[in-house]
Amino acid sequence: MIRIGVISFPGSNCEGETLRAAERVGAEAVSIWHQDRDLKGADVVILPGGFSYGDYLRCGAIARFSPVMPAVRAHAEAGGGVIGICNGFQILCEAGLLPGALVRNAGLHFVSRPVDVRIERTDTIVTRAYARGAVIRIPVGHGEGRYVASAEVRAALEADQRIVFRYVQGGSLDAPGNPNGAEGDIAAICNPAGTVVGMMPHPERLADPALGSDAGLGVFQSIVTSLAGAC
Amino acid sequence: MKYRVHVRVMPRAGLLDPAGQAVEHALSALGFTEAANVHLGRAIEFDLEAATAGAAETRARAMCDRLLTNPVIEDYTVAVTAP
Repeated sequence: MIRIGVISFPGSNCEGETLRAAERVGAEAVSIWHQDRDLKGADVVILPGGFSYGDYLRCGAIARFSPVMPAVRAHAEAGGGVIGICNGFQILCEAGLLPGALVRNAGLHFVSRPVDVRIERTDTIVTRAYARGAVIRIPVGHGEGRYVASAEVRAALEADQRIVFRYVQGGSLDAPGNPNGAEGDIAAICNPAGTVVGMMPHPERLADPALGSDAGLGVFQSIVTSLAGAC
Repeated sequence: MKYRVHVRVMPRAGLLDPAGQAVEHALSALGFTEAANVHLGRAIEFDLEAATAGAAETRARAMCDRLLTNPVIEDYTVAVTAP
């Protein structure tokens, strides 16, 4: 059985939904504490959303130095799956596992609402279950989600097709486009191999049909499919 | 010797600074229309034990590069004074 680990940092608050979404797709979900020094045998590790260390200094800046992070880095460098959702994405950028940074939303407001994102690439650990170009509606909830990077980094991301999700204008007013002013409408990026992914939207918050949609469940199905193919 | 370190962190020039823009608009609304290019940053101060002021600055810069600032989005200056 594929084992998905979810790390709890002080101030994380999405680990419960993330663990349940992993269980829903048939994975064994294990909780990892930020002071653990190993990943408890996880095949894929997820850094969940929340406000680690109160977002003090910069979002993710302190969590980056947690005792568990050397194991996360080693896992990523060995080709293992590492996924950061929202605050997890901020931590991966601060840790240098993904390029760029996430800064204050252009509109200054904390944005909590559904957004439409287009699947730009399907050969990543989180998108295999989707069709390329498909648009899914999943929630965001962040105050610092505006992706920025140097012009060189941006150009390299585009050239290497490392944009995984892009915000698109929705079909209705309840899900307008780019919620934070991110450059290039970037909502998710990955490393060249597609094994380390950071995303601002929260697929785990819409992974149960009881909520009216399980549009985010494909992210978790993709993890399982990716690993089943690799074994 | 004990020194006082003053770190000034500012958003990278050219990076959209919506908080600075909001403050600039508020100043303008209050009649301070001559204020332009408003930017919001962060000041960090701490005491530091070091042999010389130069050594204190070197140590403080290492802290800035490692934790206190993010070079992707921020620039910083360091000043060292007597406590």
